[in-house]
Amino acid sequence: MILALVEQDGGKVNLHSLEMLTLARRLAEETAVPLHVVVIGQVVDGLGAHGVTAVHLAEHDALDDYAPAAWAECVVQLIAAERPTAVLAAGTERGNEVMAYLGARLGVVMAANVTAVSPGDDYRVTRLRWGGSLLEEAWLKGEPKLLTVAPLVIQAETVEGGAVEIRPFTPQLSADGLRVKVYGRTQPESGKVTLADARVVVSGGRGVGSAEGFAVLEELADLLGGAVGGSRVATNLGWRSHTAQVGQTGTRVAPDLYIACGISGAIQHWVGCKSARHILAINTDPDAPMVTKADYAVIGDLHEVLPALIAELRQRIQSK
Amino acid sequence: MNILVCIKRVPATGARITLTADERGIDTRNLGFTISPHEECAVEEAVRLVEQFGGSVTVLTLGPAEAAEQLRDALAVGADRAIHLLTDGAEWDPLATANAIIEAARAESFDLLLFGNEAADTGDYQVGIRVAVALGLPCVTGVKGVEVRGETVIARRDFGGGWEMYQVPLPAVFTVKEGLNLPRYPSVPGRLRAKKKPLEQREPARQGGGATSSLEMIRLATPPEQGKTVQILGQGVTAVPRIVEILHELRLV
Ligand SMILES: Cc1cc2nc3c(=O)[nH]c(=O)nc-3n(C[C@H](O)[C@H](O)[C@H](O)COP(=O)(O)OP(=O)(O)OC[C@H]3O[C@@H](n4cnc5c(N)ncnc54)[C@H](O)[C@@H]3O)c2cc1C
Repeated sequence: MILALVEQDGGKVNLHSLEMLTLARRLAEETAVPLHVVVIGQVVDGLGAHGVTAVHLAEHDALDDYAPAAWAECVVQLIAAERPTAVLAAGTERGNEVMAYLGARLGVVMAANVTAVSPGDDYRVTRLRWGGSLLEEAWLKGEPKLLTVAPLVIQAETVEGGAVEIRPFTPQLSADGLRVKVYGRTQPESGKVTLADARVVVSGGRGVGSAEGFAVLEELADLLGGAVGGSRVATNLGWRSHTAQVGQTGTRVAPDLYIACGISGAIQHWVGCKSARHILAINTDPDAPMVTKADYAVIGDLHEVLPALIAELRQRIQSK
Repeated sequence: MNILVCIKRVPATGARITLTADERGIDTRNLGFTISPHEECAVEEAVRLVEQFGGSVTVLTLGPAEAAEQLRDALAVGADRAIHLLTDGAEWDPLATANAIIEAARAESFDLLLFGNEAADTGDYQVGIRVAVALGLPCVTGVKGVEVRGETVIARRDFGGGWEMYQVPLPAVFTVKEGLNLPRYPSVPGRLRAKKKPLEQREPARQGGGATSSLEMIRLATPPEQGKTVQILGQGVTAVPRIVEILHELRLV
């Protein structure tokens, strides 16, 4: 069988786990084996519609909050009992983390952020490198095959499913496995539009010139109800905090409109903004990659264009 | 506090990644190299902790001879000594990489081992955890905040816009992310001092999973481009009316 580790948000399957289940189900169909999932602590509904035939529910008093090594111990014990040919998880922070523990415990390699699999004795996998700016085809060898599925690549599908059998089990958890466990959380700041959810992101790079230079970007973002982002140059020079950074080592954004002001469009920045529905680049250099890859571009100094745009928008608001 | 920081040399690619003719590597002929942003923050954090609590920072890389450049960069911002696990330039899979680091870490006693959350180039997400498991140490990944309280450390990481908190005893392993701190730039005296700091080269044997398990690259490929053509709205302020039109079309005003 194929075993998938499913993450949940309060009883509902996490979106990236659904994407992963779509790949896992195809893999199970192609190799003519059943698809089972493991969930930790709490059962989730609706898995039949994703091709799942059995749910292994790990129950233990100590599993009341996230503990990566303990989660891995649950899965290791299930692997020993059920001998799956492959174990999959979503390529989320937790998915990659738990699978890495499995790899370490079982002495096999884990292929992270896979987008496609051709099964066989060895799996031929396609996976993301460089945060998604490069693809790698590779042979994954070992028993069981361990892989995580890249988020937001595969569209989650449902199928006509049958009954799902729930099989509770009580894992043996070691003291070591429980050393690392979440003991508290802080809530996100309320009220502010977050970068990841904003409909418009006004983003600035080296071309903004200074921390003060971001005032016009703030103003435009306020007018459009959006959030302010930045390139790594802007955050590294201390003009913006790192929470504003868009890109491979920052946040990935997917707004309706991404306005890139004075950003050259390095590939590590591009992977963070390419999911925007539309991109408008404002840049003095007509050959900047951000300009050539954008949907719309204005060739000019952002410190002239933005104030004129803001004035025009304000005038329209007043005349309404 | 004795801290080991593991860093990786990666090419500083520009707007496009160009592959070599055999499609098994990046054409780096015109590229500079750097430490990944996550690991720059790891080095900075180690240097700050040692400034505060005393001890020493050892920086380690597994890579080709040229990776000594990245070790010198780390020494220039305050690391005390470097270990270079020399390879012939071939890519080592995460099992082989972790095994070499485990061997080096076992030979000494570190209170804290820092890694980047994932290597910028291969994105394997597992070397730090493998080392932690082999050494029997607790590990927190994705760390963006570190606070030492005596023998324990509070580490926090992103969770849905807020923070998720962990508390672990030392010794421990952390894999960190950019945003943990704002790394300093090397000064000229720092660079001069770095030249005199000890850099030890070793040649570890490549021990992966062998026949049992491996991840073997076949080829690399660049993802298909979206093939859009850009619409130039105009030069400077003359473009403003067109921008406003587009904001309307997209129903953003
Ligand atoms: C492993 C790795 C990870 C990375 N992760 C990230 C990441 O997450 N996010 C990220 O952004 N970068 C990342 N980088 C860095 C990235 O490679 C680039 O260095 C960075 O994105 C460049 O920032 P920039 O576009 O602001 O600066 P530059 O490349 O210097 O571009 C500045 C642009 O501003 C234009 N300009 C100048 N003045 C004006 C003006 N007055 N008006 C209009 N335009 C003007 C110029 O024409 C130029 O196009 C990473 C690099 C590596 C190696």
